[in-house]
Amino acid sequence: MLNYAIRRINLLFFTLLVLSVVSFSLAYLFPGNALTNLSGIKSPSSEQLISLTQSYNIGENYFWQYIAYLRLLMDGDWGVSFTSQQSLLKDISLTLPATIELSAYAFTFSILIGVPMGVLAGLKHNKPFDFGILSASLLGYSIPVFWLALILIQALSLKLSWLPLSGRISLYFDVPIQSGFIILDIFKADNLDKTAALQDAFFHLILPTVSIATLTSSIIIRMVRKSVLDVLEKDYIKAAYGRGQTNMQVFWKHGLRNALLPVLPLIVTQFTILLTNAMIVEVIFSWPGIGNWLIQAIYQRDYPAIRGGMLMVSSLVIMFTISLDILLRLIDPIKGRRNRVAI
Amino acid sequence: MSRSSLYDEEFFPSPLEQTWNEFKRSHWAFAGLWMLAFFVFIIIIGPVLAPFGPLEQSPENLLLPPAWAASGDISYMFGTDSAGRDILSRVIYGARLTFGISFILVISSVIFGVIIGAYAGLSKGLRSSIVNHLLDSVMAIPTLLIAIIIVGILGTGLVNSMWAISLAILPQVIHSCRDFVRQESEMAYVTAAKLDGAGDIRIFVKSIFPNMIEVLVVQSTFALSTAILDISALGFLSLAAQAPSPELGAMLSDGLDIVYISPWSIALPGITILLAIISINLVGDGLRNALQRRLQH
Repeated sequence: MLNYAIRRINLLFFTLLVLSVVSFSLAYLFPGNALTNLSGIKSPSSEQLISLTQSYNIGENYFWQYIAYLRLLMDGDWGVSFTSQQSLLKDISLTLPATIELSAYAFTFSILIGVPMGVLAGLKHNKPFDFGILSASLLGYSIPVFWLALILIQALSLKLSWLPLSGRISLYFDVPIQSGFIILDIFKADNLDKTAALQDAFFHLILPTVSIATLTSSIIIRMVRKSVLDVLEKDYIKAAYGRGQTNMQVFWKHGLRNALLPVLPLIVTQFTILLTNAMIVEVIFSWPGIGNWLIQAIYQRDYPAIRGGMLMVSSLVIMFTISLDILLRLIDPIKGRRNRVAI
Repeated sequence: MSRSSLYDEEFFPSPLEQTWNEFKRSHWAFAGLWMLAFFVFIIIIGPVLAPFGPLEQSPENLLLPPAWAASGDISYMFGTDSAGRDILSRVIYGARLTFGISFILVISSVIFGVIIGAYAGLSKGLRSSIVNHLLDSVMAIPTLLIAIIIVGILGTGLVNSMWAISLAILPQVIHSCRDFVRQESEMAYVTAAKLDGAGDIRIFVKSIFPNMIEVLVVQSTFALSTAILDISALGFLSLAAQAPSPELGAMLSDGLDIVYISPWSIALPGITILLAIISINLVGDGLRNALQRRLQH
């Protein structure tokens, strides 16, 4: 176990290093002056230029420049954005919580839908119910996320006007930004009607969450169903039946846990796909998250913002994946790295 | 000719035929195959079928509804868009562009992925761990982010976004290829080849690769659906194909401005993508089940 944890942490360290090298080289790969791309200050005064050249070690070779860049990253000086001229870390800390919130709800929602449906479909194998769920998941798995979002907006917001079109909360509610997570902020705020605000935020959440979660829950349904089918054919299940246990006993004692264990690591890998979809959906629903921010940055050729956003998002994904890997290993120590299962 | 005796069976199906026989048993997979064949047909002879050019405008027929609506015109079967371009022709050309590029991307990614994956699977120690670590780093970056970076470096355009999408597909192919090679390297037939004195390359080409082809085909069908989704998503965000191009995602974002007046201008390209991906997934599922059943027997 310790060995495994060390290997994973080594991987984490190596990956973060690679990501920082990539983000450093982006400053040279993007069009324009490298110093401008690193610092984000478009037309520095002559004193600023001298101090920037010094702090980024521009005169030295690439290696020392990279070391200086790394030191600045550690100090929290990521440069400023071209468009807002604000510190990148500040911009990111304003937008990232919205994305994390949205993806967390979508991820929870897809697990809550996907796992029970998948288990039911697996238990009712080759019955109409299984067939129905399988077809629905095939549809959910095939539908382009952005198109689904557009259709949902078209039907539920424009035609029926049941749900709001965009944003996180109506403008009547003036929620002061503290943590960036809208639900938390509403709880902390004291100048408004909390129930109404929560309800409004909830209605705003429904459409983006459903559009993102459709794909992920379909994939989870398929993985869980497959795994349940595999487990039900195992000898220990037959043995359990042989001992005279009922269907329910076999399922709850032997089937469920063994079926879910191999699926957990696969569900974790879905998170990157979910994040990509969340970033696309943010643009459609004008959700003020990091995806929307990055897309705006590319439209406006805001190179420091792209560099900072890329570094932040991919580091978070890597840290999340690796900590979950270690957690899963704690839950299921027997799992070798070899037994992978397919969807 | 009747087969009187089981033992005198004069014909033994090859593995490929067995897979095909298993595949045929699933009606849904077969329907998917027909749909996929239809799309391939459209891709190949699309320009002959399309009644108009994809960029050809007719100013007197703006925003015509589809032919089945009351005010539709039969010469514009799916209606026209805000510039008077025939949507049917644009969808045909768009399918050609979106799906054709995805086919090319997947084929090239699979070729490179197999080479790198085989190398990673056969090598040991430091080299293999470097490949694995790099692979894990690339897989951690969401596709959209890779696309944004590449567009930032090279500028927007369909060709530039193709790099991004191959970078997104490649790690998955490498991953599964590497795992497969690792797993098969422990089989007796590989050991036998090793005892015969075969080198790594020969073992891979002559022993492992023939067993891998079917797994690769299944993998490619899923990579194909990812590629189509990604390329149209990037087109939709105007990071890949740009506005007048008939790429399906770009058409969708084009239709967004007039969605109040003409909902069909976003419905039709979307349905085309949906049908293509459903057909690909049906075929992929069918193939995978067929392979599994064949290996069980």
